[in-house]
Order: sequence, then structure tokens, then C-alpha cells
Amino acid sequence: MTNKIPVYVVSGGVSKFAKARIDKTFQGLAKEAYDYTLKDIGLEHARAVELIDGLVTSYFSDHFTNQLMAGIMVQDYLGMCPKPGHRVEGGGATGGICFQEAWKAVASGYMDICLAVGFETMSRVNTWKGNEFIALASDTQFDFPVGGFYSGYYAMMVARHMKEFGTKLNQLSMVAIKNRKNAIYNPFAQNPGDYDIEDIQKAQMVAWPLTYLDICTMSDGAAAVLLASEDGLRKIEKAVGKAMSKIRVTGIGRGTDMMRMADRPHYDVILMPHERKEDYIGSRFVDGKLQYPGIHSFRAGRSASIQAYKMAGVGNPLDDIDFIELHDAYSSSEIQTYEDMGLCKYGEGGDFVESGYTFMDGVDYKFESTKGIKLKYKGKLPVNPSGGLIACGHPVGATGLMQAVFALWQLQGTIDKHFKDNKLQVKNAKRGAIHSHAGTGTYVTVSILEKEN
Amino acid sequence: MSNKTKLTETQDGTIVFNLPFPRDLDDLRSMSPIVIKRPYLIDYIYSYGQDSPFFAALSNKIQLGTKCNKCNYSFANPRLACTYCGGENSWIKLPEEGEIHTFTVCYFGSEKFLAETPFILGLISYEGINTLFLTRLIGLNIDNPSLDWIGMKVKRQFIRNSKLLPTDVYYLPVGKVEK
Repeated sequence: MTNKIPVYVVSGGVSKFAKARIDKTFQGLAKEAYDYTLKDIGLEHARAVELIDGLVTSYFSDHFTNQLMAGIMVQDYLGMCPKPGHRVEGGGATGGICFQEAWKAVASGYMDICLAVGFETMSRVNTWKGNEFIALASDTQFDFPVGGFYSGYYAMMVARHMKEFGTKLNQLSMVAIKNRKNAIYNPFAQNPGDYDIEDIQKAQMVAWPLTYLDICTMSDGAAAVLLASEDGLRKIEKAVGKAMSKIRVTGIGRGTDMMRMADRPHYDVILMPHERKEDYIGSRFVDGKLQYPGIHSFRAGRSASIQAYKMAGVGNPLDDIDFIELHDAYSSSEIQTYEDMGLCKYGEGGDFVESGYTFMDGVDYKFESTKGIKLKYKGKLPVNPSGGLIACGHPVGATGLMQAVFALWQLQGTIDKHFKDNKLQVKNAKRGAIHSHAGTGTYVTVSILEKEN
Repeated sequence: MSNKTKLTETQDGTIVFNLPFPRDLDDLRSMSPIVIKRPYLIDYIYSYGQDSPFFAALSNKIQLGTKCNKCNYSFANPRLACTYCGGENSWIKLPEEGEIHTFTVCYFGSEKFLAETPFILGLISYEGINTLFLTRLIGLNIDNPSLDWIGMKVKRQFIRNSKLLPTDVYYLPVGKVEK
């Protein structure tokens, strides 16, 4: 796969994410994100309507909206009819898929300027009903009736990870602390907080070993991203009367896996270019060889990463990527995703947390003063500088686009402007990755964004 | 004295026939949103289709999986087409005993299962079968979950009156089985 027509992320916006935004319908939330997107570059709505060639809209669940065709209702509300448009859905990866479908519209030459808008209004039912709606994204014949609960599914996955690789509860807690603490400096975030390891582990148990603080919460919110070709970028620059920073999408990848995690194989690891077959053979593995993906890993995440890295020319991601916004619906899935994305080898995700790579340089997590844990490589590759899903919230159809917006701001160097605080700005960020993930790893998208010189 | 600080919320309420309304339409901008109860109930005429024999077997205290006629890959969750070679699968009986591959204890969950919390979900592996099976586990000390449960031998049990659901079958640790 090559990327012949360059695609640029021109602007983005997010609504405030909150447990319940009863003040607005989904159309109103989408408008909030859209208005932010335009205002940030000084583009008038009337000009935007002239310039935008079409839309991709995304939301996860027709059950939450209690409305089919909500995608066209957003397009209609934004004044974008009769332009081309469609709605995409892919579980938790809905937003990430939306971003990539908008990329495709531009990369294929079909559109010069495409708007991606995603939303979710999850507060319209009680939390336990929301859990049920989400669990309907597992097999309703064989899995849901047994006790359908996504936190339970992920808990089973991390229990196996802990058993097989020795991953520790404290390492999970450190991820939750990192993301919640980062989010203190992100005004868009829903659940920031200053916690210690005991706070995380003593919080209400949801699905052993995951507590309430290990898990993202349901949200109402929307996000929008404006993508353009070189011609499209020139048109926008002409309309707003100024040059824009050129943030290019240099790679996309998407992977899948079987719906029922029970069905997944126990076979050979899909290797990253910097890995060797021998890395996964030896007495430290059950049966002398890593059985992959099994229940401990997300094969879709690895597959998506390999494609995106190849297209973008990323070698070892640890050296070649400056920050990652990844899908941490659970503290555990962030650790599993480090391995899928090749930041460390399979089985080493827990130790990789303690190495400090993924923590923000300017934030004091107090591990050294309270626990004697020194984050040796602190700040080398920040993961979820924004606070991720755990702290920002997870309005499903918006989440993957929210990541794109935060990544854009990192690469533009405009975190201070948007967050009113420079603390979460990754210094000299040139290349970032965004990672969106659907139910137990059924769909995963990885996209690479780069600042062009 | 009770340490309860909040009344239990329910979703019944009062039928409202009219709402206060300002004289000046500009005041509508500061009006609070109206939140109503909107029910949605449906009975599907649902078909288990090609998977029907699995449920028929459960009601006869038999647990079926499938096996590919071509490449011999075996599935604990039945599927009639082999996902690896595209071949046709045949029905097979699963072993009576298996091993806990992983598990969790759910203290919270979907509305449908809230009344059953806490409950244990587990994935079972079987000798000679390539994939796992999601099930309920009982007979373990639910107050003290432990990674040591992984690898434990478990034995199949059936509920007496089938509901034609995958929960017609569940698993107990071997040794705890009482018929």
C-alpha cells in the first residue's frame, strides 16, 4: 500500500466530554465540535459549506440514539446536504474508522476536503443498560447470554496476561494513575484526578482484577476533523488568508479478529520487522512457545500497526514515534497495546510501564517519592498525554476522532492554546500515532500523523 | 443507623400534561432540557439457524462442538464452516472435563445480569479441541479470586430445565461435582 495523494489534517475540534450532556441532542454536540474546528482556523461556516466536498459521520450504537440514520441527521444539522456522505460503525473503533474513511475519500482523489464527525450520547440510558448495549457488540447467541459485560471480557484477557507473563496489578494501576493525572491539565477531560496505587486498587471492584478507576466511563460528546489534499489545503488557506501548518497522515492500518475471543487461535506471533522468531520461543512461555494471540493479546492491533508503520516508514516505533494516543478503555488494554504496537515484546508490557517511557516528562506521578519506583526512561515516548479514554471519557463514535484532534494539536505545538496549559505539550513532536480499538480487539485502526517540514 | 445517603432512584414518575412557558421567547435559551422516559421493547422471532443443534443438544444434556472434515481444526463454539480452510464442519461431542483458561468475577454488569452479581465468567479449554468456551463457573470461593484458579480442572453440569441458552451448561471444579 502506498499513499500517493498526500492527505493533511487541517483542523479539529472536540466538545466537552461529560457523563451526561442533557443540554444538547447529538446534533447539537456535533455542531459544537464542528464550530470549534472552524473557529480554530478562522473559517466561516458559509465558506466551509462551499469548500467541504463531503462528510463521513460516525456513531457506534443505534440503541443509544434510539434513532437510525443519525449520521444524516448530523450532516443535515451542519448544513452539508446534498453533499456526499455516509455513516460508519465499528464498535469502539468507530471514530478511528471514521478518520480513516475520511482519509480514503481524500487519498483516492474523490474529495479535496472531507469532514469527519463522530459522536455518542450514552447518558440516555442508565449505566447498566449502557453496559448491556455495549455487550450486544459481543456474540448474542453464545457470549452475551452467559453474562455479557465488556469489563468482564477484558478482565478475563488481563487475568490470562498476568498468569502467562507475570504482569502485576501495580503496573495496571500505574497506567490508570498516569492517564488520570495527565488529564488534570486537559480541560476537555471528563475524569482527571490525582491518585496513588492504593486508591486505584481499593476503588470499587467491577470485574476482577479491574476496579472502577482502571476503566473508562461512558460519555456524551462529539469530535470533528477536517482533512484535505494539497489542493484542498490551498483552498482553505486562501479562504482564511493564512498559511497552515502541514500535518500529514503518512500511514494507516487496520486489523481485525474473530468476534468471540474464545475462537481465536493459539498460534505463531505476527512479527514486527525488528523482532525475531526466537524472541517468542523458550521456557518462559507456556509450552515453550508463545501461543498467539490467545486471550492475552490483540492480533488486530499488531496487524494494524505493521501496515501503518510500513506505509509511514516507521522502523522501530520506540525510536521513530514521538507520542501515541491509544485506546486505553482499560488500564490493562493499554499495557496489551504497548506489545501489539511493538513498543516492547509480547509479555513485557508490565515491565515496560515501569521503565517510564510512556509517562510525561513534566508531570510528577510521585512513584519515586511514595513507592521508590524510578521511571528511568520517563518521557521518551509519552502514551496518552491527553489522559486517554480512562480520563477523557469514551463517547464511542467520537473517541477515535478525539485522538486525531489531540494528535494534531501536539504536532502543531498548540496544546497551550487549546488546553490553556503547556504541561501536556510533547516537546518537538514530529510524528504521532493514534490507535482506536473495538470490542476485545475485533477491529483496530492505527494512523500515523507527521509534521511536514 | 444506616449509612445510606441517597434514596434509591426509580424510573416511574408523574404524568405531566403541561409545562410552564415564558412570555418572552428569548428566555427559552435558558430553559432546562426536557428529559422524558421513552420505552423500547421488542420480541424477536429469532432463529438459531445452522447453530440450532447446539441448543437442541444442550436440552438433552449434551455439549456439541464442531470439527472440520478437511483440516480437522475443532471448535468448542460451533460453526458450520471452517474459518481456516473453508471446509465443511461436522458436529462432535465435547469432552466432559476441561480446564480454566482464564476467568473473572463480575461485580457489576448489564442490566439483564445485575441481579446475578457477583458471578464468575470463565473460558474453558479442552484436551484435543482447538478453541475455548465461555461459561459460568460455580463452586469457587467467589470472595477470594485467585490466578491459581487458572489451570484448574472443571467438569460440565447442566441445568435441569433447559432454557435453550448457552447457560444451560456450566462448569464446576472437579471433585466438587454432585449429581
